[in-house]
Amino acid sequence: MLCESCNEREATVHLTQVADGAVKKVHLCEECAAKSGFDIHGPLSIQDILLGMGQSSSDAAAGPERSCPKCHFRRADFKKTGRLGCPDCYETFAAELLPLIKAMHRSDQHMGKVPSREGTAVRLSTEIAALQKALDQAIASENYEEAARLRDQIQGARSRAAGPEKKEST
Amino acid sequence: MTVDDLLKQPGAWLAAGKDTGTVVSSRLRLARNLKNRAFPGWAGEDECERIWKDLQPVLGQLRSMTPSFALSMGEIDLLDKQVLFERHLMSREQAEKGKGSGLVAAVDESMSIMVNEEDHMRLQVMRPGLDLDRTWKAIDAMDNEIEQHVSYAFSPRFGFLTACPSNVGTGMRASVMLHVPGLVLANEINPIVKGVSKIGLAVRGLWGEGTEAVGNMFQISNQISLGEKEETTIANLTQVVLEIVEHEKNARARMMERKEAMLCDHVGRAYGILAHAHILTSKEALDLLSGLRLGIDLGILKKMNRRVVDELLLVTQPAHLQKSEGKKLKAKDRDQARASLVREKLKEAEKGEPGSS
Repeated sequence: MLCESCNEREATVHLTQVADGAVKKVHLCEECAAKSGFDIHGPLSIQDILLGMGQSSSDAAAGPERSCPKCHFRRADFKKTGRLGCPDCYETFAAELLPLIKAMHRSDQHMGKVPSREGTAVRLSTEIAALQKALDQAIASENYEEAARLRDQIQGARSRAAGPEKKEST
Repeated sequence: MTVDDLLKQPGAWLAAGKDTGTVVSSRLRLARNLKNRAFPGWAGEDECERIWKDLQPVLGQLRSMTPSFALSMGEIDLLDKQVLFERHLMSREQAEKGKGSGLVAAVDESMSIMVNEEDHMRLQVMRPGLDLDRTWKAIDAMDNEIEQHVSYAFSPRFGFLTACPSNVGTGMRASVMLHVPGLVLANEINPIVKGVSKIGLAVRGLWGEGTEAVGNMFQISNQISLGEKEETTIANLTQVVLEIVEHEKNARARMMERKEAMLCDHVGRAYGILAHAHILTSKEALDLLSGLRLGIDLGILKKMNRRVVDELLLVTQPAHLQKSEGKKLKAKDRDQARASLVREKLKEAEKGEPGSS
């Protein structure tokens, strides 16, 4: 792939920007990337990725700025620090955070450990999400035997999620 | 337990384990926050102090981390904080905090919890060599025990909620510290660093985020924490590390075969300078000690043992040096003190001090 800026050298720097809730990919060679002010050798900081956030066109139309009902954190504060105010901010700013989280993690669904206090329903739903991902991968790699096994597991988990009491007693 | 007591023992990442030739240590950290409490950076000092007061007794009595000690960042001086940072017990960011932040750690330094760094809690478990599976079991158990006492901030969609969205999901960062002088000498490290970055892993220097790779030490860790099970992240990282270890082995073997004189010269010069220099900067010491470590691994330096080198890697750090000299030293004086400490330790090692193998 050639650099999008000079169209001469091989593009070795691949940047993902989030602006207006849309993910935009830019491919540059090292020289052009350095010229545009990207520190390609340092780890990309959160603030860099967030450049797009807060500059969206909806800013002007939004009127008085929204703040988190729990901790009064505002979007502008996030732009400054790259950190959120409290756990509830994830709810408050979900619309802005979602594209950002997707761009960072290439996913928007937790599949790991679930605190025991969250209960069985949440644990099963993340388990199903994890199995679904594995199933998609198995199908993509044409491993149908594995896919069939995973499909059965998903069905099992779904029925446990639907009626845990009944199923567990059988 | 005080910081001075820690200085009498080797750090957890250096403690003699299995073969720690290329893989120096394995480390896992989990970011955890309390439900309904503002994140440390937004909470203000008073609320942070309340959180530390709430958490300290809970974390200080964990069965999975016994015996332990607790230190409040408001009560220890900067030099002590730097010692804790150099021992990888806490981050540089935590060393800059004061009242309201703290550290609870196992006396053997294998486990620690930073309170009110970027998140309410940052759990860490560290083991020598490549041992992420057992490291995961240990940190998972500690996490479960803490959860019996507090409610974690969690969302079914985003997982464990963290101050920075880059850590949501598992809140886990798995990192492995590698010593790869062979790849550096053979000029093969850059393509590997690039390749590793492309598959969603980060390469950092010896002391984590934003630090330079000195002494041919690199830390490789996962970037992504959402959309993957902890075990998957760990398995992927382990796989990549094993491949790099193989590359390092090949690079060393190739050089021993084709450029033995160059390798021996590299090791010999490192040894010569360390044994006789009177001024050594921290970076120079780390780079030369890397040469010594390589010489020991390859059997070029037969009399020396790796424990001595690993100990020197730690005790020649600025804060450790000042602690052992018992006073604050300017950079210039530190470089002299460092050189004299290295000369002395190498002389001891040559005589074959007890305990060397």
